[in-house]
Amino acid sequence: MNALHGVDLDVPDDGVLAVLGANGAGKSTLLRAVSGTLGLHRGIVTGGTIHQGELRLDRLGPAQIVRHGVVGVPEGRQIFTRMTVAENLRAGGIASTDRAAARDRVHALFPLLAERASQRAGLLSGGEQQMLAIGRALMAGPKLLLLDEPSLGLAPLMVERIGETIREIHAQGTAVVLVEQNAAMALEVADHAVVLSVGSVAMSGPVAEVAAGVHQHYLGTAATERRTLARWPG
Amino acid sequence: MTTFLQLMVNGLGKGAVFALLALGFVVIYKATEVVNFAHGSLVLFGGYLVLVTKDHIGWAAAAIIGILSAGLLALAVERLLLARSRHADPFSLALLTIGVDVIITEEIIRRLGVSVPFIGDAWDAKPIQLGGITLFRTHLVALLVATVLITAFFLASRYTNWGIAMRAQAENREAAALVGIRSSRVTASAWLLAGLLAGIAVLFIATQDFSGAGLSRGTHSIALAAFPAAILGGLDSTVGAIVGGVAVGLVDALSTYYVSFAFAKSAVFLVMLVVLVVRPAGLFGTRETTRV
Repeated sequence: MNALHGVDLDVPDDGVLAVLGANGAGKSTLLRAVSGTLGLHRGIVTGGTIHQGELRLDRLGPAQIVRHGVVGVPEGRQIFTRMTVAENLRAGGIASTDRAAARDRVHALFPLLAERASQRAGLLSGGEQQMLAIGRALMAGPKLLLLDEPSLGLAPLMVERIGETIREIHAQGTAVVLVEQNAAMALEVADHAVVLSVGSVAMSGPVAEVAAGVHQHYLGTAATERRTLARWPG
Repeated sequence: MTTFLQLMVNGLGKGAVFALLALGFVVIYKATEVVNFAHGSLVLFGGYLVLVTKDHIGWAAAAIIGILSAGLLALAVERLLLARSRHADPFSLALLTIGVDVIITEEIIRRLGVSVPFIGDAWDAKPIQLGGITLFRTHLVALLVATVLITAFFLASRYTNWGIAMRAQAENREAAALVGIRSSRVTASAWLLAGLLAGIAVLFIATQDFSGAGLSRGTHSIALAAFPAAILGGLDSTVGAIVGGVAVGLVDALSTYYVSFAFAKSAVFLVMLVVLVVRPAGLFGTRETTRV
C-alpha cells in the first residue's frame, strides 16, 4: 500500500526539485503517477490533477506523456539489458523528432555511451547503466526529467558524477525532479526541495530552508551544530 | 541414403512451416505474455477464405486474401477482446483465446462439412525429380518462403523502430512505456504478424504433400504442433521458435518413416518433454532468475 494524499507540488520551468523522504513515503508512487505508469503497478489515481502548463497529464497514457516532454528514469535503472547501448538509446528516441541531434547531445554528456555503443547494456557497470538510463530518457528530448533514486547502489564517486550530470542537464534548460534517499547529494544539486512523509508533504521550500528543517526534524539539531557519528541518538 | 535425404528435405520443409507458426506464437507471447491458443483457428480461417475465393478470383489472389484475413482476424481478436481487458492476468487472456479458438474452428468445420479440400494449388502434388530422388515441391517452396520471411523478421527486429520497440517491450514493459513506446501498437502489430504468418502456413499445411489432411480438423491439430515447437525452443525466444519448429518437423518426418504415422504424433510431444526435463525454460528460453 503506497498512497499519496494532498501532495501539492510545483516544479518551476527551469528548476531542480528534490523530493526527499524515507522508504515508503510515496516518492516513487508520485513519479509513477506523473509518468502514467501506476497502472503497470496495479495502482490507480482516485483524485487530483497533474498539469503541465495548461495540459492535464493525468488523463494521458505513458507514451503520450513522454511526447509532451515529461520523461521518467525509473528506480533501479531498468535499461534494456539484452539490447546494445546504441539500441537502448534508439529506443529512448523513438518518440523524438530529431534523433541524431538528441544522440549527439547524449554522447557529449556521456562520451562513454559512444565508446560502448555496440556493447550489450547488461554488461555495463551499475554507474554506467545509470548513465545509460539517463541518456535514454534524454533521447526523448524532455522538458521535464523525472529521476527516481539515481544514486541507488552507486559508489560515492559515481554519485558525485551523477550529481554533476544532473546540474549539467539542468543548465542545458531541462527541469528536473530528483527523488532521492541520498539527501546530501539531492540538496547539493537542487534549488527547491520537498520532504514527503507517509504520503503527504512534511516540508517544502527553497533548498536551504528545507535543509535546515531536515536537520531540525530528523536529527533534532540545528544544521550548524555538528555532532560526531557516535553520539547520534538511535 | 536417398531415402534419408528425402526425409531430411521433408522434415526441413515441414519444420519451416512449424517455425512460421511458432514464431507467431512467440512474438505474441513476448509482446503480451499471453499464450495464444487460438493459433489453430487463425490457420483454419485463412485457409477457409482461400477455399471460398479461389474459384472466383484465381488461386494467387485468393492466397493473398487468405493471408490478409488471417492477419486481420488476429488483429480483431486482440483489439476487440484482449485490449479491452488491458490489466487482466495473461492466464485469463490465454483462456479467452481458447474460447475464440473453439468458436471459429467449430464454425469453419461445420461449413466444410465432410469435404477436406486442398488449397496449395501452386505447388501441391507437383513433385520434383532431382537425380534419383523425388522431392515434394510444397516442402521446397515452404523452406524457401520461410527462410526469406524469417530473415526479414530478424533484420526488422534489429534495424527498424518497430523491431526495437518490440524487443524493448518484451524485455521491460514499464521502461518501454517510460520512453514513449506505444504498448498498444506493439501488441497489435504482434498479433497482426502472427495472423499473417498463420495465413501463410496454411497454404502449405492443407496440401496432399504435407499430410494429406486437407483443410479440416487435421489442419488444426497439425497447427497445434507449433505449440511444442515454441515450448521446446523456449517460449520467449524467437531463435528458439525457429530451432523448435525445425526440430518438430524433423522428428515428425523421421519418426513417421522409421516408426509409424501414429507414433509420430506423440514423438513430437515426447521430444518436448525430454527437452523440458533437461532445460525447463526450453532450449533458448531465458530462465527465470531471482537475485538474492
